[in-house]
Amino acid sequence: MVAPPSRRGLRRDSFGQRWLNHHDKNAFAGASSVGGGMITPLGEIAGSIFLHDLTLGYERHPAVHHLSGGFAAGSLTAVVGPNGAGKSTLLKGMMGLLRPLAGRVDWRGTIARHAAYLPQQAELERDFPITVEGVVSLGLWHQLGLWRPLTASLRKQVQEALATVGLASFAKREVSSLSGGQFQRMLFARMILQGASVILLDEPFTAIDHRTIEDLLAVMDRLHREGRTVVAVLHDLDLVRHRFPQTLLLARELVAWGPTADVLTTNNLKRAQALQEAWDEQAPVCARGAA
Amino acid sequence: MRRALAGCLFVAIGCAPIGVFLLLRRMSLMGDAMSHAILPGAAVGFLLAGMSVSVLSLGGLAAGLAVALAAGVTTRTTILREDASLAAFYLISLALGVVLVSLKGSNVDLLHVLFGTVLALDDSALLLLAGIAALTLPLLILIRRPLVIECFDPSFLRVVSGCGPVVHMVFLALVVLNLVGGFQALGTLMAVGLMMLPATTARLWARTLGGMIGVSLLTAFAASYLGLLFSYHATLPSGPAIVLTAGMLLILSLFLAPHRGLFSRYWAHSHLEG
Repeated sequence: MVAPPSRRGLRRDSFGQRWLNHHDKNAFAGASSVGGGMITPLGEIAGSIFLHDLTLGYERHPAVHHLSGGFAAGSLTAVVGPNGAGKSTLLKGMMGLLRPLAGRVDWRGTIARHAAYLPQQAELERDFPITVEGVVSLGLWHQLGLWRPLTASLRKQVQEALATVGLASFAKREVSSLSGGQFQRMLFARMILQGASVILLDEPFTAIDHRTIEDLLAVMDRLHREGRTVVAVLHDLDLVRHRFPQTLLLARELVAWGPTADVLTTNNLKRAQALQEAWDEQAPVCARGAA
Repeated sequence: MRRALAGCLFVAIGCAPIGVFLLLRRMSLMGDAMSHAILPGAAVGFLLAGMSVSVLSLGGLAAGLAVALAAGVTTRTTILREDASLAAFYLISLALGVVLVSLKGSNVDLLHVLFGTVLALDDSALLLLAGIAALTLPLLILIRRPLVIECFDPSFLRVVSGCGPVVHMVFLALVVLNLVGGFQALGTLMAVGLMMLPATTARLWARTLGGMIGVSLLTAFAASYLGLLFSYHATLPSGPAIVLTAGMLLILSLFLAPHRGLFSRYWAHSHLEG
């Protein structure tokens, strides 16, 4: 976690906005192993996100309450907490899919529209008659726009992204015929093509097998090493301890945010559970929000 | 009879692809709701100018767009989902339409609006239908990509582009426009039949979006042609005859469609190795 900057400006030295070194995508092309293929280079300043006293919720009931802090550019953060802790709501709020009840979200170095957001699989229409190539090519939206066709060179990019996630031979398959793991690989391929400097993942490894998780983690690590800011909502605390240097522990309110080892302590986890269970649905108007 | 066939084909060209998108967006009943929603506008037109095709069309278009807009705004600004807000506004609209029709006119007039007059299409009506078809196809091609994204992954479209609400309203406007065109030929209720039955049939036969639109168009053409013949030889109203034919094609498909039909469930298929 980093402290949010004042409205006047960003403390550039401490947040490390930086130019990336890996500009040559060909350096990655042709690799056969999953996670070792093409990754679209950033070519722009990595993004950071700051939350200022952010409250998100539904029908005046806060699901995320007065949350402040920042995701530094190039950081890799897990968002954890019990069910109903507001993790997915936080991601939706950051992406602008949910209007804050109070506070604000500041994007630095990029904008929400240029970020990549992977919702939970249940939010997608898996029976829609579209091919894997059709879905992955949507990652090129900013190049294709409303009507531009998929040219041979763009099609090649799609194929490379599919190879990166281990779906090289799946381009013409109907999405409805994919398994849960294959479906998630496809969404990662679309995310790769977006070339976003900020990536938000909502439970990306839920209900998929160990091998697929490892493959997708390899892709995620690669994107992070590229300098992209990655935020992932997760439930597997062991996975978080081993693979995520930063953790935000949420229970509708902030419990802890910082280095994972400092956040995932027994006391903090107990506090998270207690905050969740102590939640009062009949609560009066929030004094901080009304002030 | 040739005019009638040409009119039905024009209606099919616009309605069939729109029906496919309605089906895929799980809005199959929306066409039905909108077909009722245009009634008060057509009734106002009827009260003002009698059975004038252009005035009826303009009235129907205005009422349909008003209901679509009201339902769209309600859905995006309140807790009500699209089906609930649309149901609410179309019912209000339908009741208003029936009241207006009852002020002047008989049940025969109401039947005329509801069931159409395909065998009495004049040049101006044919031109209108051709114009609507000519407008619908290019517009659908233009908004095809965001429509697909909104069906498959709506949050993705909201993140990458702000065009979602505009595309949605353009699509709803096309639905209304084609229903208004359809009621010239088939009547408001029957036009929905030519919109949804071929699309539903296509879902059983085709795996891709393009394939679905193709099958839907062919089914709508076949239903128009066979339905008109059926209507002529059996001296039946043309609109219901066409929709009944489309219904028969759907029922046949429910049994015969490969991989997705009822027969295929009980037919022993050889399977592949990988």
